Amino acid sequence: MTASLWIIATGILAAAACGLLGSFLVLRKTSMLGDAISHAVLPGIALAFLISGSRNPIPMLIGAGALGLITAFCTETLHRVGRLQQDASIGVTFTWLFALGVILISMYAGQVDLDQECVLYGEIAYVPWDVWLWNGLDMGPRAIWVLGATFLIDLVFVLTCYKELKLTTFDPQLAESLGISTRLFHYLLMAAVSLTTVAAFESVGAILVVAMLIAPAAAAYLLTDRLSRMLVLAMIIGAASAVTGYLLASWLDASIAGAMATMSGIFFALSFFLAPRHGLLPKHFARLSTK
Amino acid sequence: MTTEAAIAVRDLTVAYHRRPVLWDVSSNFPAGHLIGIIGPNGAGKSTLIKAIMGLVPVASGEVRILGDTLKRQRHLLGYVPQRSSVDWDFPTNALDVVLMGRYGKFPLFRRPGKKDRAIAMECLEKLGMSSYADRQISQLSGGQQQRVFLARALAQDAEVYLMDEPFAGVDAATEQAIIVLLRELREKGKTVIVVHHDLQTAADYFDWVALLNLRIIACGPIDQTFTAENLRATYGGRLNLLTAIGEELSK
Amino acid sequence: MMLWANTNLHFVLVGTTLFGFSAGVLGCFAFLRKRSLIGDALAHAALPGVCIAYLLTGTKVQGVLILGALGSGLIASYILNAIVRHSRIKEDAAIGLVLSVFFGIGIMLLTHIQHLPMGNQSGLDKFLFGQAASLIGKDLYLFGGLAAAVITVTFLAYKEFKVIAFDPGYAETIGIPVRRMDVLLTLLIVTVVTAGLQAVGVVLMAAMLITPAAAARQWTNQLWRMLLLAGIFGAVAGSAGAIASAVAPRMPTGPWIVMAITAIFVVSIVFAPQRGILARVLRQFRNATRIQQENVLKTLYRLMEDAPQSTPTVDMVRRYRHLSIRRTLHLLKRLQRMGFVSEGTRPEEWLLTADGRTRAEALVRRHRLWEVYLTQYLQLGKGHVHADAEEIEHVLTPELEQELEALLGYPVQDPHARPIPYSRDGGPK
Repeated sequence: MTASLWIIATGILAAAACGLLGSFLVLRKTSMLGDAISHAVLPGIALAFLISGSRNPIPMLIGAGALGLITAFCTETLHRVGRLQQDASIGVTFTWLFALGVILISMYAGQVDLDQECVLYGEIAYVPWDVWLWNGLDMGPRAIWVLGATFLIDLVFVLTCYKELKLTTFDPQLAESLGISTRLFHYLLMAAVSLTTVAAFESVGAILVVAMLIAPAAAAYLLTDRLSRMLVLAMIIGAASAVTGYLLASWLDASIAGAMATMSGIFFALSFFLAPRHGLLPKHFARLSTK
Repeated sequence: MTTEAAIAVRDLTVAYHRRPVLWDVSSNFPAGHLIGIIGPNGAGKSTLIKAIMGLVPVASGEVRILGDTLKRQRHLLGYVPQRSSVDWDFPTNALDVVLMGRYGKFPLFRRPGKKDRAIAMECLEKLGMSSYADRQISQLSGGQQQRVFLARALAQDAEVYLMDEPFAGVDAATEQAIIVLLRELREKGKTVIVVHHDLQTAADYFDWVALLNLRIIACGPIDQTFTAENLRATYGGRLNLLTAIGEELSK
Repeated sequence: MMLWANTNLHFVLVGTTLFGFSAGVLGCFAFLRKRSLIGDALAHAALPGVCIAYLLTGTKVQGVLILGALGSGLIASYILNAIVRHSRIKEDAAIGLVLSVFFGIGIMLLTHIQHLPMGNQSGLDKFLFGQAASLIGKDLYLFGGLAAAVITVTFLAYKEFKVIAFDPGYAETIGIPVRRMDVLLTLLIVTVVTAGLQAVGVVLMAAMLITPAAAARQWTNQLWRMLLLAGIFGAVAGSAGAIASAVAPRMPTGPWIVMAITAIFVVSIVFAPQRGILARVLRQFRNATRIQQENVLKTLYRLMEDAPQSTPTVDMVRRYRHLSIRRTLHLLKRLQRMGFVSEGTRPEEWLLTADGRTRAEALVRRHRLWEVYLTQYLQLGKGHVHADAEEIEHVLTPELEQELEALLGYPVQDPHARPIPYSRDGGPK
């Protein structure tokens, strides 16, 4: 029983961290960069594994964080220096890095306790058994600590830089004219996304990270017209997807991460059709009644 | 009439991909005036004010704001971008947008307080928009969106205002409200520089104009500058030479 | 044993080559419409279809599974369009949403199937990561048919796709059924994606659509050449990947194909003539050298103009242009080889030849004409025009120069009261 609670808690923490950052990705029209980063951290993780020889989270965070920033940088450079269009720059960059990661893993299959499946859809079911021992004390699942810390970092980042993030997202020109660097906050946000991806990948996998970044934020975007409410709603919807996803998975005896992603999609669909002001059905009826 | 230059531009050349869109612009915009930057489409009007604000890279030349560099005087500038430059689907309301004008006033980490909120509300009030404070911005009409942008510039409490086509696509009532406000600002001794392309109204609105078409044709008090000859040079002048050379440079 | 390995390699090689070609060609259209990442979404979206097809029929027959993948791919592309059209969600978020949610559903179903007591359920996950090594003779018919279909459709609908890719709005006005053509293109992409999943897997599928197109774009400005090149690049990468993984048996094929295509891309973006980064840098460098050479010519002219009796020396030129002695000498030697300057009677002295004189006159003439233009038409002060003219003199074409002369009425002096030299043929009338 406690095991399921730990799993659900892990899902909620990952969802909350992702929802917070994902809202900005969706509003900045850079969702696919989030997708790209969550795939491209693979070689960073593999390298950190090879060098440190363990699953120690610190080198992994550094390796993956670096790769995340490299992805953002490569994409921008291909676009600006290579004059390649944005969508193609993203596609070329992340597929290449992911391929590199897969090759590294299969070359050193003996040394690296990692595989593609785990990267893509995680091993959230094993979270409760991978505990953090501190001075021989059982401190609870490691993933909870890692994700909890990540969530706190993201929260502090968004709270302190709220007005800058908001302004650079809404009106970059005004931001620049007030002396707020749009690029700085772009890279800060990308660094936070990388960090969150790495923290979450081990337990929930890349694909759930992408789903949690985009789906709850997109659903929340249709439900409210206030940014602050959108952030809170995105976290709540993400958490709800985690809880219901877990139930769905145990009912179907299937991948928990997959079920959580599925539920986030269902919540989005509900919001897409039923959202009071921006939903499809209310808009449809509003049109009918004016006729 | 003060003679001090609110903005002094020297030999300013701006190029996109090495193709100059502004050639050697030199001009003084005097303080305390309502100034129109007038010219046809593609004349570089928006580019000029973006260059003054430091939003586009400058190939050569310098800009001084109230006698000092942009870096030091940035806080004295208020900017109203073109309405189409932002995504109006952004989840925020009118008051919030106006509040953004206060962001330059306090450092990182500090959030706008009660006082800022009161100022923002006051600015909305001045544009007759206080009843729309809670309205989501995508639900405002074009004219109302423009008023919100103007209120935001007011909230910046600047000395010099630069506005990019504030009259574009707004209703007559809004246009009137805006011009009343701009005159009020002038009475208070502020400088207002407005990109404008309607010749008919320009003569009524402004007391000083800069006629621009890739280069400054004329700049001065409206009665001396708004001559048939200058207008012909601005709108019908031989520019294909400059354009053609711009093409060559960009190769 | 060796022989068996070889035939297998043949299958893999032919299969991946055919697939690479089809994906490369189709990717171009998605690329040109700036919708490259849609391929990524469609690849991920195929997974639930495969699982549902298996759950419904209980067979792992290739055709059935592919039909399932086709179905869910089409549904995904419909949902994607509906989200963009009926809500304020932008395309990038819609792509990411469809991609991750469909994939999540797929993973959920896949694991569900793996836990079912049906037995014999393994093998579905080769759709996930690709297993080119398991390609067999039968698959080749699929890839061959696919390539044939792609080529035929592209050939037949070439001009429609071309107009749509360039300007969909305009295509609509001239009566091209844009929506139906889009469905056709989506159908083709979904088919290629589904077939390709077995070769390279879900995540890397996007590379097969995007990267060849992006690489081919660097080399040509013509659509049909771009299509052909992208096809060839895809095919080369496909076969290279197959060989790489045959050499090292534990290596997965997909990533090596992607590495190969990325290598082609990098070469393209760096070395392609005209659009390539290197070509642009070289162009700038050559241009800078040309300008320096022209400046040296002009300087010799100016020095001789100021002091007609004496002969300019290297040192005088160097000081005038703020260049190092070595650079000045290098430039002079180059100009000598081109026949524009010759060494004087005494060491260190340099003279303009007749050709050089004509060239220098032309430069000085343009410089001074431009100064006149700036003072007269842009009302710039005399002191402000020199720097600008220094740049313009190198880019004025003869046609523009003639226009300038006519506009200014063949002035004889520049604003600094220096004479404007006209060549013998086109002087003032």
